[in-house]
Amino acid sequence: MGWTQKVLRVNLTTGSVATEPLNMDWALKYIGQRGLATKYLFEEIDPKIDALSPANKLIMATGPLTGTMAATGGRYSVITKSPLTGAIACSNSGGFIGNEIKNAGFDMLIFEGKAPKPVYLYLENDKAELLPADHLWGKSVWEADRLLHNDHQDPLLRIACVGRAAEQGCLYAGVVNDLHRAAGRSGVGTVMASKNLKAVAVRGTKGVGNIRDPKQFMLATQTAKKVLAQNPVTGEGLPKMGTQVLMNVINEVGAMPTRNMREVQFEGANRISAEAMHVPRESDGKPNLTTNAACFACTIACGRISTIDPKHYTIVNKPQYMGANGGLEYEAAWALGSDTGVDDLDALTYANFICNEDGYDPISFGSTVAAAMELFEIGALTKEHTGGIEMRFGSAEALTKAAELVAKGEGFGRDLGLGSKRLCEKYGHPDLSMTVKGQEFPAYDPRGIQGMGLTYATSNRGACHLRSYTVSSEILGVPVKTDPLTTDGKPELVKAFQDATAAVDSTGLCVFTTFAWTLEDIAPQIDAACAGDWSPDKMLEAGERIWNLERQFNLKAGLTKADDTLPKRLLKEAAKTGPAKGKVSELHKMLPHYYEIRGWTPDGVPTTDTLHRLAI
Amino acid sequence: MHKALQLEPEKCTGCLQCEMACSYENEAVFNPSKSRIKVFTFHDEGRFAPYTCSQCSEAWCLHACPVEAIVINQLTGAKEVIEEVCVGCKVCTIACPFGTVNYNSDSGKVIKCDLCGGDPACATACPTGAITYVDADHTGLARMKAHASQSLPKA
Amino acid sequence: MNHVIIGAGPAGVVAAETLRKLQPAASITLVGDEPEPPYSRMALPYFLINHIKEEGTHLRKQADHFAKQKIKVVHDRVLGLDRAAKLGLLASGSSIHYDKLLIATGSTPMAPPIPGIDLPGIFNCWTLADARNIATRAKPGAKVLLMGAGFIGCIILEALAQSGADLTVVEMADRMVPRMMNDIAGHLIKDWCEKEGVKVHTSTRVTAIRKGTPHAFAVDLSTGETVDADLIVSATGVRSNIKFLEGIGLETDQGILVNRHMQTNDPDIFAAGDVAQGRDFSTGEYSVQAIQPTATEHGQLAARNMAGLLGAVHRGSVNMNVLDTLGLISSSFGLWMGKAGGTSAELLNRERFKYMNLQFDGDILVGATSLGLTQHVGVLRGLIQTKTRLGKWKDKLLEDPTQIMEAYLASTQAVGFNAALMK
Repeated sequence: MGWTQKVLRVNLTTGSVATEPLNMDWALKYIGQRGLATKYLFEEIDPKIDALSPANKLIMATGPLTGTMAATGGRYSVITKSPLTGAIACSNSGGFIGNEIKNAGFDMLIFEGKAPKPVYLYLENDKAELLPADHLWGKSVWEADRLLHNDHQDPLLRIACVGRAAEQGCLYAGVVNDLHRAAGRSGVGTVMASKNLKAVAVRGTKGVGNIRDPKQFMLATQTAKKVLAQNPVTGEGLPKMGTQVLMNVINEVGAMPTRNMREVQFEGANRISAEAMHVPRESDGKPNLTTNAACFACTIACGRISTIDPKHYTIVNKPQYMGANGGLEYEAAWALGSDTGVDDLDALTYANFICNEDGYDPISFGSTVAAAMELFEIGALTKEHTGGIEMRFGSAEALTKAAELVAKGEGFGRDLGLGSKRLCEKYGHPDLSMTVKGQEFPAYDPRGIQGMGLTYATSNRGACHLRSYTVSSEILGVPVKTDPLTTDGKPELVKAFQDATAAVDSTGLCVFTTFAWTLEDIAPQIDAACAGDWSPDKMLEAGERIWNLERQFNLKAGLTKADDTLPKRLLKEAAKTGPAKGKVSELHKMLPHYYEIRGWTPDGVPTTDTLHRLAI
Repeated sequence: MHKALQLEPEKCTGCLQCEMACSYENEAVFNPSKSRIKVFTFHDEGRFAPYTCSQCSEAWCLHACPVEAIVINQLTGAKEVIEEVCVGCKVCTIACPFGTVNYNSDSGKVIKCDLCGGDPACATACPTGAITYVDADHTGLARMKAHASQSLPKA
Repeated sequence: MNHVIIGAGPAGVVAAETLRKLQPAASITLVGDEPEPPYSRMALPYFLINHIKEEGTHLRKQADHFAKQKIKVVHDRVLGLDRAAKLGLLASGSSIHYDKLLIATGSTPMAPPIPGIDLPGIFNCWTLADARNIATRAKPGAKVLLMGAGFIGCIILEALAQSGADLTVVEMADRMVPRMMNDIAGHLIKDWCEKEGVKVHTSTRVTAIRKGTPHAFAVDLSTGETVDADLIVSATGVRSNIKFLEGIGLETDQGILVNRHMQTNDPDIFAAGDVAQGRDFSTGEYSVQAIQPTATEHGQLAARNMAGLLGAVHRGSVNMNVLDTLGLISSSFGLWMGKAGGTSAELLNRERFKYMNLQFDGDILVGATSLGLTQHVGVLRGLIQTKTRLGKWKDKLLEDPTQIMEAYLASTQAVGFNAALMK
């Protein structure tokens, strides 16, 4: 029925590994992955605990469609309490390990406690072992991946791993799988490393069966694949240009956060855009982009595989960066580029490779570097603090050096590893941190796209575009076009996107499908695979339930309405150029109504009626 | 005239829909590890290569089989494993110089591509046209055939 | 044209069928000395553990297969040849005339010179009759002693262990499968078997077999130990069946000497399979390989030459084996022991019984050994036999020998970029 109905529980403190049945009552209410793992976490930990203490748990969860032929059905998420935000963290990743976990026979892996010494989990179908990882500790993701493949002599072993950044306590370290896919945000990798868990290496050969109505499922997935293929975004734009297709679009609408969000348009955007990645370079005649690549089961294939100009200063005598690797997605290109004012495509690609190699979030990193650059330019940071780096906007050298330092947790890299909020607090200018709940902004300026202001402020994991991507409606007109510069109807839009996305994130599917799919396309696939009579409405309700449960987690963790806000800059400093010139984010016009339609009190607390209605 | 699977690595994105379709067709579960077609990833080069049995005319596997468990389907030209006859001795797995006959330790038998009896599920599932089922004299096949017979001695 | 083939194993049967394809009108006679229809020794272990019925061992499954192909199958034994008269002299007293003769008489087990080796209750596992005898005696709990842990011994070992017998293996060499596995792999296989509950004595000889009680045998070992046994299976090696050719001027050594057309020093007599000392692909020398794929290659080549297609030249067979010892799958190819002046790549995980060893001559793969590898293993043969220049992929294989399939694809196929993307 989509689910394998098995959970692997790993107690790192005692070293015990046990299989238990999946709680099917919860599965029927929370679907899987994001929703279901949140339910487990909510029930099993006190949200007030220190995220980096052994009391925190870390869950790797698949959805019921993970490992099936449903297009993009290969996702998994890492759910835990975030050390960056103190809120719930749920980071979603593609690649191939989600399918492998499912093929090994598990819906989710729950990690508890803390291992006395570094370990990794080796999971081969029913065989789960915690093995010593002393030889892997202190190694990058790439190196650890190679060593594990060699140890097990299995090219098809799928590995999720933390890098040195996580080991060194970088608060936005992710869990990297398949070398360059990542559960990247909110420091889920930092939690994993805090448990002395270096890697999870999985080989599953059991197969994913247990489909409720196989014939209907094949029909539903085939129909839905056609929708993706025929849609201009998922059928053409994303495969050819990747998410980077947005670089020039967002810049033109004046919503491209630039130089720590001081500006909303970046003059160098066209030099770091998707189009730029296609232009052959002088040195070797090859473009930055080698190919597009798919995650497991994905018929879109938006992934970028790139190389760095062999003559570029960053990789002289460094053969490990000369091959192809995960290239720039829009978020990385923006954070590493526009937000730092750097327009050197190869420097950005190099920094991105380092993020892959040592496992940390390029969005949070780029934003933090941007904040450091602003601190440096106003004199709050000096070369003494930075170890001699001229942290100036536009400096590719500063960016790439910073990347190297954060990767290894060395020197000024330790400060940068704290994230923008703590960095700005440390150096006396908390207002310069472009964060919500301590998490750095993604690549859409809420002054130019008003719905995104509400999205960021209310996102359960801090600033994030993937909790309700209203850009889709406000800029791309999917499913309906709304005006990005007005707040009218945005609370309703944000709520609808939040609920639908929470549902999609719980299925095993990729949220990028929603450029083409609505729940009308998704529900039949879930329903054919799973028990539970899944209609679009029922999915939306499950999404709302998940959203409210995440909210409950955060409230219990001590967050309040006061955390549902944006940095002063976005509320007070008007956009200087572009279509949004003169605009600030009008969050105050949206937030009260949002609480109201959510069925929350004016203080942003779900009412008893709401919790009852959603059966939470 | 027989048709053949034409594999065009330059179109492959590595999504493994073919592997799932294959395993679903043959094993009734989604299980890439049991797929008869495999996509190989060249990570450092950013390339992907789907690969399976080319139904070569030499039929090394068939001739090496000690119990006549591999036979030619006259309709499709595919060399098919008759599972009930296969004893699992694995001689064909070392005899096939292309590495496309594999031992399935769960069943104790070998598995290989049988062209799904003439309607290969992998070709249907491939979203990019990297796998197509075409007339055997199609020009694109020349390359595959060329490598298939490359300097391998006729027994 | 009148073709006679002596021996109804894989080489003989494949030769007969190939001849029929090439010469629809020729007379083809297949003479075999066992009572059953042509069957495969490779399948005997599976018959032993009841995975297949006796029919499952038959080389050809349709009862009228040979009749349909107009291949005359004669159950008789050839005692000798009259080369001048082109006659095969049969045990039944008659003789059979040939224009072209193929000798594919295979090999037989050697009995080691040990006191007591001819006691009743000691079996080879070579014929269907042997297998039937063993199957009735190797009951769960029965004490079984297996002499010899070579390839054949190990195939039977699997079957004996699965039958639930209490199994002891005695091997003269210092490791298991010494002629197919190197030191590391041979020892790992021993460790694995012991882990699976089989007692393995290496570097040990059986010095004497005595009658015992309550067990049928008491077996003295060179270590000074004595082991009880209810059943003894001897698999200490095989020898080509060439004795019946003595004194008629056919050149023999370990087996029958043949040229690259599988032809003996008598231009009308050919040899194939275990009885032929054919060309080894890797060494270029002539040796008895005694493996199934080589037998069928020989059979095909001999048939083509018998049919007058003298362009069919044997380039040599790659020596290779695959073995399943109680679930641990091993294989070896070509010059697995390496070539002087060559380089090698090795990857070992002793705890998990995973092992790969590749042997190169320059950037060409010439030999390989693997433990625990079941996927794409044949490509090792392909790389060896095509002498593919691996170029930079050799360096990658030195670092990670598991990338054999990638190395093969990259070296032989155009693995292109995503053209759809780049247009």
